Amino acid sequence: MKNPYVPMPVKLKAVRLENETGDLKTFDLVFVNSGDAENFKFVCGQFAMLSINGVGEAPFGIASSPLTKEVLRFTVKKYPKGVLTTALHNLSEGSTLGLRGPLGNGFPLEKMTSKNLLVVGGGFALTTLRALTKYVLHEKNRPHYGDITLFVAARDPGEMLYKDDLAEWSKRNDIEIVQTIDKPVEDWPHKVGFAAPVLKDLAPSAQNTTAVVCGPPIMIETCIKVLAGLHFPDEEIITSLEMKMKCGIGKCGRCNIGSKYICKDGPVFTYKQLKELNSVTV
Amino acid sequence: MKTIKKDKINTVLDFLIKKYQVFGPVQKDDLVVDFGRIQNGAQACLEFSNTNEPAKKLFFPQAETLFSYTGSDAAQVSELKPEKPRIIFGMRPCDAKSLSLLDAVFDGPDYKDPYYIVKRKNTTIFTLACRRPRSNCFCDSLGIGPFSKKDTDVFMADLGDRYVFEPITPGGADILNKIPGLENARPTDAERLKNLRSEAESKVARKVDLDNLPEKLARIFDHPFWDGIHQKCLGCGICTYLCPTCHCFDIVDEQKDDKGRRIRIWDSCSYPTFTLEASGHNPRATGKERMRQRLMHKFRYFVENYGEIACVGCGRCINHCPVGSDLIREIENINNLK
Repeated sequence: MKNPYVPMPVKLKAVRLENETGDLKTFDLVFVNSGDAENFKFVCGQFAMLSINGVGEAPFGIASSPLTKEVLRFTVKKYPKGVLTTALHNLSEGSTLGLRGPLGNGFPLEKMTSKNLLVVGGGFALTTLRALTKYVLHEKNRPHYGDITLFVAARDPGEMLYKDDLAEWSKRNDIEIVQTIDKPVEDWPHKVGFAAPVLKDLAPSAQNTTAVVCGPPIMIETCIKVLAGLHFPDEEIITSLEMKMKCGIGKCGRCNIGSKYICKDGPVFTYKQLKELNSVTV
Repeated sequence: MKTIKKDKINTVLDFLIKKYQVFGPVQKDDLVVDFGRIQNGAQACLEFSNTNEPAKKLFFPQAETLFSYTGSDAAQVSELKPEKPRIIFGMRPCDAKSLSLLDAVFDGPDYKDPYYIVKRKNTTIFTLACRRPRSNCFCDSLGIGPFSKKDTDVFMADLGDRYVFEPITPGGADILNKIPGLENARPTDAERLKNLRSEAESKVARKVDLDNLPEKLARIFDHPFWDGIHQKCLGCGICTYLCPTCHCFDIVDEQKDDKGRRIRIWDSCSYPTFTLEASGHNPRATGKERMRQRLMHKFRYFVENYGEIACVGCGRCINHCPVGSDLIREIENINNLK
């Protein structure tokens, strides 16, 4: 019987600051045991539990594509009261930590094939959406999808995640990238305004399109409303939810929305599913 | 069926103790009987109504080490299998039923919980029929009943002068066959058992109608009822700790110098910190959301996930609530909501 509570040892290969505020760091991890690396098969949208001995454990979305074998990437926001997130930010390269997973269901990539994709990400919730974008843009996968639009919202330019990726993707002609920040800033060449109104002005077509929306709860809520107004069917609006988790396997009892556990039955849900579960109320 | 004189029951336990780790009801103080390890037969207290704490702690302890470690080294998991197979002697049928509900969570179709499963697989249950239901017992309403023979390996009942044993599973029968000194039941014992059963069932005084509860709960998530029900709750969590079916837990690290361990401990949906995130966001911010979660989980979500209500009618949550919250009355109030 596999013990689902025991983490695999991983080494912190590289860590870097992700934003100007300095509370976001991106961690590239490698498995200590080659067997673990081979067995770790995941899909975009899944998450893993990261832990530090003596500190604790918490769930984080996987930000690297499953097709990138070299490292597993996570971006973690440090909270003043977050014991583990603070300890993670204090780790130096070469440190050992624990990883359990992959956990959760991931994005329904099969169902999304031959569709146009509208990827909407806000704040630091871009993590699993980065994995998704990397994945669908891979030369093996790109032909299976229609038009791809990546819509990214951040408080200000300094808070925009994955700037290297955005720069690289912006050079491609097979993905449209829309960036918006909350307030005007000098020399900002992109859009200005909160995610929902900018998305409304952009008015993406719902025609044969799946929208994937991740972000702070208020952004998810407002953007879903915009998309519904643009006639996106409820089952074509996909989101990924977060809640405090301990076990990650549907037993510790805290991350449920209705009868569904975000850890095990999610974190990815369609708007249709959420409506049936008393919306996003827990 | 086999029987033994009541004053000989210690010899049965003494026999079992040689081959098994035996746990049974022991007198903790003047008022409290709880499960404990029995090292000799005389320690068992079989004259009791029910244990203070439910039997779940023998399979899902209040605190349990998942693994230990040194520094940042990889996790070391101890042998999970008990040194000897275990017998729980004298569990009430309500608690036995709770194990089948916990099985659905810890030994379900997806993720298996080895800590729970290994204990469960290495344990034989001897239930003791309940002749002394307490004033807040309502097991009958859950389809269990004080003389239920389900979810056990050996069924026992107190006939007054003797205990009767009835094997329920092949494993239970094997053990029973090896116990020396048991006599065959008398021809009149079956009738006696039937009468005692009726008598016990008539003592389960409280009833509650659960037939339409899951469907009803599905319709009242946003009902103003929830604004009132939690008002007197202190959030102490005793209803969940003493509930035989509550299974929520926390996982925490403990460390001294470079030696540490990751443990899981009972947690409760009644606590504000249960869902409090590092960001400060708490999706169940007030007692209203927490009370709703507790009742919805037991009577609706568990039904949707596992097909059964997560309650066995033991009445512990009612008996021990410091502010006199009464689950049965709350359910009646929900049943009466328009």
